[in-house]
Parts: sequence; C-alpha cells; structure tokens
Amino acid sequence: MMPDLGKYGDTVLSAYAVSIVLLVIMVALSIRASRKARAELQKIEGRRNG
Amino acid sequence: MGSIWEYANPVKFIRTSEIVLPWVSILATVTLIAGLVWGFFFTPDDYRQGSTVKIIYLHVPAALMAINVWFMMLVTSLVWLIRRHHVSALAAKAAAPVGIIMTLIALVTGAIWGQPMWGTWWAWDPRLTSFLILFLFYLGYIALWEAIDNPDTAADLTAVLCIVGSVFAVLSRYAVNFWNQGLHQGASLSLDKKENVADVFSTPLYVCIAGFVLLFIALVFLRTRTEIHKRRTKALLARERLG
Amino acid sequence: MIALLIRDMKLAMRAGGGFGLGLSFFLIVTVLVPFGVGPESTLLAKIAPGILWLGALLACLLSLDRIFALDWEDGSLDLLATSPLPMEGVVTVKATAHWLTTGLPLCLASPLFGLLLSLPAEGYQWLVASLVLGTPALSVIGTFGAALTVGLKRGGLLMSLLVLPLYVPTLIFGAEVARRGAEGLATTTPLLMLAGITAGTIALLPFASALVLRVNLR
Repeated sequence: MMPDLGKYGDTVLSAYAVSIVLLVIMVALSIRASRKARAELQKIEGRRNG
Repeated sequence: MGSIWEYANPVKFIRTSEIVLPWVSILATVTLIAGLVWGFFFTPDDYRQGSTVKIIYLHVPAALMAINVWFMMLVTSLVWLIRRHHVSALAAKAAAPVGIIMTLIALVTGAIWGQPMWGTWWAWDPRLTSFLILFLFYLGYIALWEAIDNPDTAADLTAVLCIVGSVFAVLSRYAVNFWNQGLHQGASLSLDKKENVADVFSTPLYVCIAGFVLLFIALVFLRTRTEIHKRRTKALLARERLG
Repeated sequence: MIALLIRDMKLAMRAGGGFGLGLSFFLIVTVLVPFGVGPESTLLAKIAPGILWLGALLACLLSLDRIFALDWEDGSLDLLATSPLPMEGVVTVKATAHWLTTGLPLCLASPLFGLLLSLPAEGYQWLVASLVLGTPALSVIGTFGAALTVGLKRGGLLMSLLVLPLYVPTLIFGAEVARRGAEGLATTTPLLMLAGITAGTIALLPFASALVLRVNLR
C-alpha cells in the first residue's frame, strides 16, 4: 500500500502531516465557531419569541 | 429599520449558504482527498528530486490560494467600500484566517522541501521573502479586525488597509526581486510547454488545486455565516439591553 | 495650513519629543550595534548602511503615535475635521511636521553615526541622499498607520505591526542605495525606484489616511 518514498520519506511525510494537521485544525475551528454562534443566536431568538 | 442591504442580504446569504454549503463541502472533501491520494500514492518519483516532488501537491495549491485569498479580500473590500454590502465585509474577515493558514502551509512545506533540495530550510529567495511579507500583511489585517469594537468602523479600516496593503505587497514583490535573485524555478504551470512540469505530475496537481479552491469556498461560506450569526446576536443583545 | 504646521512643530519641540527622542534613539541603536556584532571595522563598514537605515526607520516608527494622539485626546482633531481645511490637507501637514521633526534631523545627523560605524568615505553622500529621499515616505506611510490606529488604546504595538510591512519597499531600495554607494557601485536604479516610491506615497497615501481618519472620527 505505502509507496516507496526512498531516502526522502521523512521529508515527504512530515510535509503532508504538517499540512493536513493545519487544514484539519482550521476546518475544526471553523465548524466549532459556527456551531457556537448559531446556538447562541438561537438561544437569544428563542428568548425573544418565547 | 435600515436599508434593504443591511437586513435582506445577510438573510438571503444565510438561506443560500444552507443550500450550497453541504454540496460544496462534500465536493471539496472528495476532490481534495482524491487529488492528494492520487498525488501521494500514484505518481512516479521525479528523476532528480526523488519522492520530494510529491510535496508539490500541497505546496503549489497552498501558495496559489495564499495569493488568491488576499485578492478575493481586496475585491470584497472594494465592494464593501463602494456598495456598503455587509456580507462583503464579513466575507473578507472570514477569508483572512484561511489565507494566513494557506500562507503558513506554503511556507512550511517549502521549508521542508527546500531542506533536501537546496540544502537549507530557509533562504532569502524572492518568493520565500514575498510570502513571509504576505504573512505579515495577513497578521496585521487580522489584528486590526480584532482590535476594533465597532463592526462598521472595523470593516472600513480593514478594507482600506487591504487596498493599501495590496499596493505595497506588489511593490514589495518587485523590490524583493530587485534585491536578490532567486532559487525557485520559473513558472511550473505556464502554457509554455517546455517549462511545464510533466503531465503525470500536473493532472493530479490540478485536482489538488481544485480541491483547495473548493475547500476555501466552503470555509468562506461557513465562516461568513458564523460572522453574520455573531453580528445578529450582538445586535439583539444590544436591543435587549435598551429595553 | 502653515499655522497648523507651525503649531505642530512647536508642540513637538515643547514635548521634547521631536528632535531629542528620535535622535537619541538613533544614537543608541548605532552605539549598541558594535556591542552586538563586535568592533571589527571591516564588518561594521559592510553592515553600516543597513544598520543606519534600520535605525532611522525605527526612530521614525517610535515617534509615529504622537502624530495624532495628543490632538485626539484633547479633541482638537474633531475641530480640525470641522475646519475648512480638507482632511487630506490636515494629514499632509501632520506628515510634514513629523518629517521635519524626525526625518530631517535623522538625515542631518546620519553622517556622524556613519562615522561611528566606520562607513567608507564614498558612502556618506549616498547615505544622506537615500535618507533625504526615503524618510518622507516613512513619515507619510507612518501617518497612514497612525490614522488607522488613532482611536485605539494601546494602539502602538498594533501600529508597528501594520506599518512595518508597508516599510519594506522603502527600506529595500533605501538601504540598497546606501549599500551600493558605500561599495562604489552604480546607484541610479535603486535611487530612481526610491524616488518613485516616495513620490507615489506622497501623492496617493494622504487620501487613504484622510479616509481612515474620517472613519475614526465618525
């Protein structure tokens, strides 16, 4: 399964690891912020209407 | 209560985003994974660079996005200043952190790639230097948004900063070029075939670029919606306090 | 306009800021450099143009927050905004006053500091020429940064973060003129580029600064 990366294996893997971690962190933070903002808004709108 | 732009458009944006966002997210995930898997597992090694050539599938799309995100911020800033379209200002705010992460990925993968190829983590090569400067511009832009309480003032000031910053970023690019000649190769994806990277590398690269673009679109939709929700919450809280 | 300029100059001098602080800062940087890199005069001569430009740039940066801060606090900035003088004129005058109290003294004193860093003899005229051409741009760009952050408490650090990237092209070409001059190379190209940047910023940036200042006074 794993391709033979030769002597540069560490280099390639670390580049992929760092990038994917950064991307995942960014996506996760964005989703979390979105959920939080929406929940807060719904709470307040519920208070106003209820 | 206010003009139609202030109220109707964010609502319309939210409604559109509810429809579009799931599809774009799925498409972005599929494209990105497909491109990266293709690039990582199913491309040959370069005869000179060995397996490090696989880093190109992260490095080039991230670098392209780093510049294009700033360009998108420039356009939305102009739209905000001219049309006073709130979603536009918020979209610029939402895009900036994505842009800075893209710049960071481009810088880090570049450093990791440069270590075996050029024998150094960092060199004051014009392109590297320009990206570092771009990183600083993003930092300043985000810091200015954070520092100002009044949302409209913040939108105005950051928009002007973005426009002035764009001019200076281009100036810096030329200045840096003048200041030091570089290590980078010329264009990798120009139409001039002789300079191009070979097709085996370029097709998955295009897929990865598409994946990064789609991911960016999905994130901007999501983050802009977050900003709209936040602003609405703030407005409602203020109204409650007033009685 | 002239009255405003004179008033600003007087204020700067009375506060002991203007001339004194910027120059002292420049002096201290120049004195500290040999402690950091060693007293070898060949090395010092090589880095002198760059260090002198950096010192001038930082001295400029340090005095930027005073451009608007006092007027903002005592409300005279609001008065200026309602005066018949257009905002673009106000920011231009402010930038000029800043240059006269900070940039100009730095230019005049720079040969002395060049001496401390054993700058080669050919370098002096080019160092002064590049500073005379470049420091106005530093003042104008700095005024923009000061206008952006005028209403903020503790805006100083943020302003540095905003202004320093904008200083990159000026610094590159300015230091390049001084370096090439010191090494006896042709200086025409960077000198022209530096002049172009200064002319461009003086012509265009006051509009951005005025726009930003109006937003902040809203």
